[in-house]
Amino acid sequence: MDFNFTQEQQQFSDALRRWVDKDYSFEQRTKIVLSEQGVSDQAWATLTELGMTALPIPEEQGGFNGSAIDMMVVMQELGRGLVVEPYFATVLAVEFLKRTGGHEALLEQVAAGELKMACALGERQSRHEMFDIATTAQADGQDFKLNGTKTVVIHGAQADLLIVSARTSGKQRDTDGISLFAVPAGTPGVTRRDYRTIDCQRAADIDFVDVKLPASALLGKLGGGWDVLDAVSDYGVTLLCAEAIGAMDALNGATLEYLKTRQQFGIPIGKFQALQHRMAEMYMQLEQARSMATLAAVKVSSLEPEERRRTVSAAKVKIGQAMKYVGQQAIQMHGGMGVTNELPAAHHFKRLTIIEAMLGDTDHHLARFIAQPGFKKTA
Amino acid sequence: MDLNYTAEDFAFRDEVRAFLDANLPKDLQQKVRNHKRLSKEDITRWHKIVAKQGWMATNWPVEYGGTGWTPVQRHIWEEECAHAGTPITLPFGVMMVAPVIIAFGNEAQKRHYLPRILNFDDWWCQGYSEPGAGSDLASLKTRAEREGDYYIVNGQKTWTTLAQHADMIFCLVRTDSGGRKQEGISFLLIDMHTPGITVRPIIMLDEEHEVNEVFFDNVKVPVQNLIGEENKGWTYAKYLLGHERTNIAAVGRAKRELQFLKRVATNQLKNGKPLLDDPMFAAKVANLEIELMALEITVLRVVSSDTSKRGPGPEASLLKVKGTEIQQILTELMVEAVGPYAMPFDTAYLEGEHEHSVTEDDDAAPLAAHYFNFRKTSIYGGSNEIQKNIITQMILGL
Repeated sequence: MDFNFTQEQQQFSDALRRWVDKDYSFEQRTKIVLSEQGVSDQAWATLTELGMTALPIPEEQGGFNGSAIDMMVVMQELGRGLVVEPYFATVLAVEFLKRTGGHEALLEQVAAGELKMACALGERQSRHEMFDIATTAQADGQDFKLNGTKTVVIHGAQADLLIVSARTSGKQRDTDGISLFAVPAGTPGVTRRDYRTIDCQRAADIDFVDVKLPASALLGKLGGGWDVLDAVSDYGVTLLCAEAIGAMDALNGATLEYLKTRQQFGIPIGKFQALQHRMAEMYMQLEQARSMATLAAVKVSSLEPEERRRTVSAAKVKIGQAMKYVGQQAIQMHGGMGVTNELPAAHHFKRLTIIEAMLGDTDHHLARFIAQPGFKKTA
Repeated sequence: MDLNYTAEDFAFRDEVRAFLDANLPKDLQQKVRNHKRLSKEDITRWHKIVAKQGWMATNWPVEYGGTGWTPVQRHIWEEECAHAGTPITLPFGVMMVAPVIIAFGNEAQKRHYLPRILNFDDWWCQGYSEPGAGSDLASLKTRAEREGDYYIVNGQKTWTTLAQHADMIFCLVRTDSGGRKQEGISFLLIDMHTPGITVRPIIMLDEEHEVNEVFFDNVKVPVQNLIGEENKGWTYAKYLLGHERTNIAAVGRAKRELQFLKRVATNQLKNGKPLLDDPMFAAKVANLEIELMALEITVLRVVSSDTSKRGPGPEASLLKVKGTEIQQILTELMVEAVGPYAMPFDTAYLEGEHEHSVTEDDDAAPLAAHYFNFRKTSIYGGSNEIQKNIITQMILGL
């Protein structure tokens, strides 16, 4: 049993942290956030140089075939550094391509830093249920014709290629009849409305009107996309959990520092027990969350679907609870400064709050955990 | 990163399972699993079985009769015992006083006490807390005054677990009243059969006689019962506290109790369906189960990084707080699960005098008592507030 990161993983982590410290400071990030695009080509080039875009890609396509634990290391650092680049969106899309096979050229482009992707899964009515799909892809000879609207697509307007879930048969809420497509963002009939998100990232609502797709755009089996969607979503949750750990680490660190330096009544406020015990609880919440993020990352790729769903949902629940506690307490203990937009702590809090809303919130995953047959099994 | 046991660990686990399968008496197992009270004879019988196997001292150096197990092996042993439903190992002798004797005792003390602890020849209890010294332990007032070859001990200890069965007590006593309160404390071993000692029961919320007051009235204790140096007892006490906190999370027992809770909640009906199908109740159980999953990994993180073989450092406080929170919620949900059947209180059944409880719901009968009993867990062993103080000081540096 060994809970340590390897030396190689540690080096990845160190390299990322050095880059953030040097070239992605809070001030530099603010400039990127307020720019037209909301992301930085230069930052993407550096992430590529550091091997981050190649990390999740198979070796045959010029990547490093990174495990979920390797990705955890990266996501922790991006969370700590408040990085707003379309990395998560791209990596999630990569996972779709890897699981469905046959798109080697695209993966090579990602590894080389030449292709950004996003996943257009959610719709107005779907909330956290990714099987609730009204968007249709009608067979049209050998081709498909895509119609519908996808909402709050993370980095949808910054992507060159979209992974889109659409219904090829069945009713709106059936898990059967879901198909997945790779759609170049510039395809005629694709319209994107780009907007900022409260955590300083970008998202888009995307309309698909009679979008003509060749048969080769289909990923995996026709109508059999749900299992892939469910599994990739779990992979995405483990990435988000890791990002949250990095953000909470930073937030706990900043809060502790503030407790040691901020003076009131002639002493550091960290001398007050009312604050000490909450800081102690923040530490415990983070360690419990770290345990679950680790468990999810270790297991997500190897478990049978039921056990995978159970473990990943448990992780999102625990991280969800921890994020809320750590985030809210950090702001409270920073006092007036905590509610300004000027401190990184405020931005970690905002990011954590949004992670709660991504790929299923705490209640969604608690219900999913309960719904797995294992929950009702008694020895 | 590798969360799996090694092949050796699995082989060890099989060995432990085979031992428990063959040697854990079924009647004891039933009592433990069903939350019934254990007698002195029950507890002694189990300790003798473990002693015969040579697995009593999992935390001692091999030269003194310890098992020489790795922290992971110790964890497996504790997990398997909890899963099987063994009586708990009394910590006072083997886990608490023995490490102090090994570290600070003289040769004669080691030769006399350690084999007796290994064989469970003496029942030990702990003389730490006093009426005026709970979380603030160093405020203790029990005095020991030197007269020739004896200390004369006067004072009172309290919350002394199972002192009514004890042969020996290890005590913190004041030998000097000048200076800081942590100075002037000595560590003394006292024969409970010495004249002048009175044990008075304290009956707890569940009406069980588990703890006591122990009074010392001019009790003569031979000076050779002093551990280490006079007035250095606080150092030894702190050393001991570090050892007290192994297996403090009690994850194994919580896993067993979670299964029990789910069984009860499956048998109980709400609106004609199993209570466990009720979304509100299921959510409470699920939240608890997830916290326990997290704690199990946290424990393994601590255990697998423990190279000191002395047990966990200040991170044990995290295990204690989260472990006891989980234990208490478990007992709370059990009471909630059985609804009105939490009310009947059948002590004769709890004592094993009847085969079935008065309402014949034997699962439900002990649960309220169990709930009340477990309120102690966030208070004993350093209250959870004290644990947060430890985290504050030792880990956060505030």
